[in-house]
Amino acid sequence: MGNPMKIRAASKDGVTEIKVLMNHEMETGQRKDASGTVIPAWFINEVTAKLDGKTVLSAQWGPSISKNPYLAFKVKGGKAGDKVTVTWVDNKGDTRTDEATVT
Amino acid sequence: MLEKSMGRRDALAFLGALTAAGFVLPRAAFANWDKAAFEAKTMEDALKALGAGTPAGSGEVQIVASDIAENGAVVPVQAVSKLPNTERIAILVEKNPSMLAASYDLGPETVPDVTARIKMGQTSNVIVVVKADGKFYQASKEIKVTLGGCGG
Repeated sequence: MGNPMKIRAASKDGVTEIKVLMNHEMETGQRKDASGTVIPAWFINEVTAKLDGKTVLSAQWGPSISKNPYLAFKVKGGKAGDKVTVTWVDNKGDTRTDEATVT
Repeated sequence: MLEKSMGRRDALAFLGALTAAGFVLPRAAFANWDKAAFEAKTMEDALKALGAGTPAGSGEVQIVASDIAENGAVVPVQAVSKLPNTERIAILVEKNPSMLAASYDLGPETVPDVTARIKMGQTSNVIVVVKADGKFYQASKEIKVTLGGCGG
């Protein structure tokens, strides 16, 4: 569920750079709506990234991560054609997985 | 999938009923999430929850970010560690209500160089804590915010 992520993964000189743009409100739980009611917190709190089936990064996030979160990191190895899989879970238990191919 | 047999609305209602009845615990879905660290109210507590104690300052830990963030809602921060065997990188914002923004566990092949976009309510020190070879190190950088990113 949720909207698809954009994942770009490119291998260069033996290092694969992975960039992910997720689609999520990342509501902090600090804000109030026009009537003064606190808007409940709603944010991605776990992210797992796999390269070729191996977990290369697992993140825990708090509400301080910006709306529509961006994540970029690099992994030694990896080659064109490898699969990158990214999964997030939010604090309501919603989850989404998307896949991309290393270029 | 469930939605094929039931229609989306029915499926959602069904899930809602399960949740209400206590059969599905949404919180169980993220058992790894370090609640204590994310809900810590002081920097000391946050570091303690991370198991970091008082990390030593290190020039091998670098924070790449601009000195002034015009929009506190989106502040790009790159955290880099030159320390061998870096296992974990955490990004904290001293003056945010939830100080711990992110904690990244790295695989053995992952380069200790991660970029995130964080929210900052006001001008604050951003602290990067790195765990390398079982020891904790930190670096700090003040980022000035002209427009806060946590207000309504």
